[in-house]
Amino acid sequence: MRMASSLILRSAGHFLLPLLLIFSLFLLLRGHNEPGGGFIAGLVAAAAISLYLFSMDIHAARKALWLDPRDLIGGGLMLAVLSGVPAIFQGKAFFSSLWWPLELPLLGTIKLSTPLFFDIGVYLVVVGVVLTIVLNLAEAEDNP
Amino acid sequence: MLAAVLSGFILAAFAPWLTARLGGRVGWLFALLPAAIFAWLAGYIPAIAAGESFYFYHAWIPGLDINLSFLLDGLSLLFGLLISGIGTFILIYAGKYLDGDRDQGRFFLFLLAFMASMLGLVFSSNLIALFVFWELTSVTSYMLIGFHHEDEKSRKSAQQGLFVTVGGGLALMAGLIALAVAGGSYELVELLESSEIIQEHALYLPLLLLILAGTFTKSAQAPFHFWLPNAMAAPTPVSAYLHSATMVKAGVYLMARLHPALGGTETWMLVLGLFGAVTMFTGSFLALRSSGIKSVLAYSTVMALGTLTMLIGVGSETAIAAAVTFLLAHSLYKGALFMTAGIITHETGHKDFRYLGGLRREMPRTTIVAVIAALSLAGILPLFGFIAKELMFEAVLGASTMGSLLTLLALASGMMTVAVAAVVGLRPWFGPRRETKITPHDPPLALLLGPAILALAGLVLGLAPFLAEYGILSAAALAVNGSGIELKLALWHGLNLPLAMSAVSLTVGLLLFWRWERVQQTLAGWSLVDRLGPERLYEKAMDALVVIAEWQTRLLQNGYLRYYILTTVLSMLALLGYVIWTRYPIWPSPDLAGISVHTLVIAAVIILAALVAVSTHSRLGAVATLGAVGFGVALMYVLFSAPDVGITQVLVETLTVILLVLVLFRLPGFLDLTETGTRWRDAIVAILFGGTLTTLLLMASEVQFFPSISEYFIEHSYVTAHGRNIVNVILVDFRALDTLGEIFVLALAAVGVYAMLKLRAEDRPS
Repeated sequence: MRMASSLILRSAGHFLLPLLLIFSLFLLLRGHNEPGGGFIAGLVAAAAISLYLFSMDIHAARKALWLDPRDLIGGGLMLAVLSGVPAIFQGKAFFSSLWWPLELPLLGTIKLSTPLFFDIGVYLVVVGVVLTIVLNLAEAEDNP
Repeated sequence: MLAAVLSGFILAAFAPWLTARLGGRVGWLFALLPAAIFAWLAGYIPAIAAGESFYFYHAWIPGLDINLSFLLDGLSLLFGLLISGIGTFILIYAGKYLDGDRDQGRFFLFLLAFMASMLGLVFSSNLIALFVFWELTSVTSYMLIGFHHEDEKSRKSAQQGLFVTVGGGLALMAGLIALAVAGGSYELVELLESSEIIQEHALYLPLLLLILAGTFTKSAQAPFHFWLPNAMAAPTPVSAYLHSATMVKAGVYLMARLHPALGGTETWMLVLGLFGAVTMFTGSFLALRSSGIKSVLAYSTVMALGTLTMLIGVGSETAIAAAVTFLLAHSLYKGALFMTAGIITHETGHKDFRYLGGLRREMPRTTIVAVIAALSLAGILPLFGFIAKELMFEAVLGASTMGSLLTLLALASGMMTVAVAAVVGLRPWFGPRRETKITPHDPPLALLLGPAILALAGLVLGLAPFLAEYGILSAAALAVNGSGIELKLALWHGLNLPLAMSAVSLTVGLLLFWRWERVQQTLAGWSLVDRLGPERLYEKAMDALVVIAEWQTRLLQNGYLRYYILTTVLSMLALLGYVIWTRYPIWPSPDLAGISVHTLVIAAVIILAALVAVSTHSRLGAVATLGAVGFGVALMYVLFSAPDVGITQVLVETLTVILLVLVLFRLPGFLDLTETGTRWRDAIVAILFGGTLTTLLLMASEVQFFPSISEYFIEHSYVTAHGRNIVNVILVDFRALDTLGEIFVLALAAVGVYAMLKLRAEDRPS
């Protein structure tokens, strides 16, 4: 995939990528109380990278992603499974949720929990899956 | 108890590593585990002999009544002692026998895992746990038969063993579940007490036949006996351990174990008695007809398994006493004979009795061991095998059903067994010395220790049968019979009919041996045996399986996405349509009054876009209109206050467009490839499917079978799961396991796409 010819698209892609990624993190973290969550946030992040792919090129997209999307899938699955494990050690069933409210200066109370880690796992898997498909399709496009 | 069963698996995991470090000597180290288990079990002998039994319980999946509960009584203790005792010697033997083999580590892995599974099988009191261990023995046996996996015959034999035993295993699973249903419990300890309820239950006959299908295949009863001789493709320690002393007796074990619950009925006596007797006869006949060392021994194992099944079938007190005695005697002499067979092959390079003779000068110690074991096989004074055989004859003489038939078959196979025993125990050692490939000599201690001790045990127990009787056999007979039995084991029972039968079989057997080569030639000429044997049937069945598999693969997996979709949609249509049509004939009457105008407008837009999508001749147009459908649906979600689902829908639509853009350029120009008729067919299917789903949804919203679960979620979302977004709370907390499954599916899809793209790239010539 060659670099897009439109200057507007290129500039927009540059600026939108960080914004969209931050937005996806915002969606991910607020997901437990407001619309959002790992699945939606993952799709937004994947869309952000895809947009960047269209405005720049495949190398830039891979660099922006920083990790191989295949590793994201594996890491995400691992995190999701592991998030169910701590409950076992407390004598509860696998995947029972555990909550640890943390009092932090300046930020107020932060509620860490196993569902949060599970959601992060989902997020990583979704990003990884969509980008594995998109990036490889784009590469197949480049080398017919 | 749990440690005794599971430690084998743990040690197995480290076996390859340890073997790579220590080489063949590691066998001595591994042998410590079964030796320790043997010693631990032996500690229970006094209590068990006094009539006690022990029950161990460990929760596994208590919600499903699946637990690791173990029952230690006379029968399981007898088996446990045999498994751990013979296992000890087999491990030592295998360390030397396979010394230097590059896969020795793998061998120990599977052998130890097998031993642990076998212990689990005989001690399990829970039917499901028992079945799991049962299947584990099949799988490990498969790995061990196919140990020389580069050899095609090995692979085929392994596959055959697996198909036959696992096929029976499936039947067994159904039978055990039916047994649990009939008896009202998954625990053997409880089932054994409720024989009357089970035997009067309507499921008794089906469950009995299913369970017997499992035990008969596992214990190589005719007509499934053919896999056992083929399994001899395994290395000798495996043949000695799995295919003579332990695994093949798993079926016998289960029949003996279930005897108090299922036994004693007409059907039981008839089926077990008949199959057992026929197997016994077939086994000894085929043993006489063979000349390969291991196949002779394998067929004589078939004979023994048939005898045991028959005795359990007869079920009288004498028969049960004979069964447990025969079981012990057989394990001792057959284990010893197989190990000496391995020694012969190891030392001479020959695998056939026809090329062996006069080895006694070079291998005096091995000769003594082999002769003692063979005497026990033949059932000659004063060996333990003699006592077992006398009891067996006594039992068939007193059998209440088919007494004369069983006696006749027992006598005939007794004669042939004597001849076989002579072939095994005399021919290689005495007579003229035949030239061998390698100059033989007595093997090292590691190889000779096992067979020597097992053979000697047969001699000692023969001379002092009370050791076996009061040690373990009475308790085992008690467990099989349900109430105590006086065994009366003794070498001399006086001049009676069984003794006369022994004498007759000995005489005829020796005559057969005298003319062994002539007998061999005659029997080999009976090619009908090969042509009509069940093995041919098995091969035919396997061929048919391949043909059917090819046919249905071509039919169903034709590679056209459109046919996959058509098949899926049509099957679903048929199933749904059938249920709706037959069960819920009330036509839904939706209330259209409360629908707002903008909802209707959006619905109209969706329908319009869908119509354009199917009729357009432009790809971009189709993509755009499909997008319109998707966004319309997303709007609907938002209108009905499901913002999460709406957002997801929008994002998915966006990504779909991105994916389509990536591939759109690659496609050739738009062409109408289908005929009008085909398209009409597709249109009709699509409309029917859409209509059916719409009806289903309308019905679902009208009929409420159960109180909706939403109330629970709404109530508990914030209180117990600390989240106000119910959709997300359901996804990551209440139903996290479902989500986990879904993300695994997603990951698999990505792997599939990745593989497809990369493989295509490689196919292309650069």
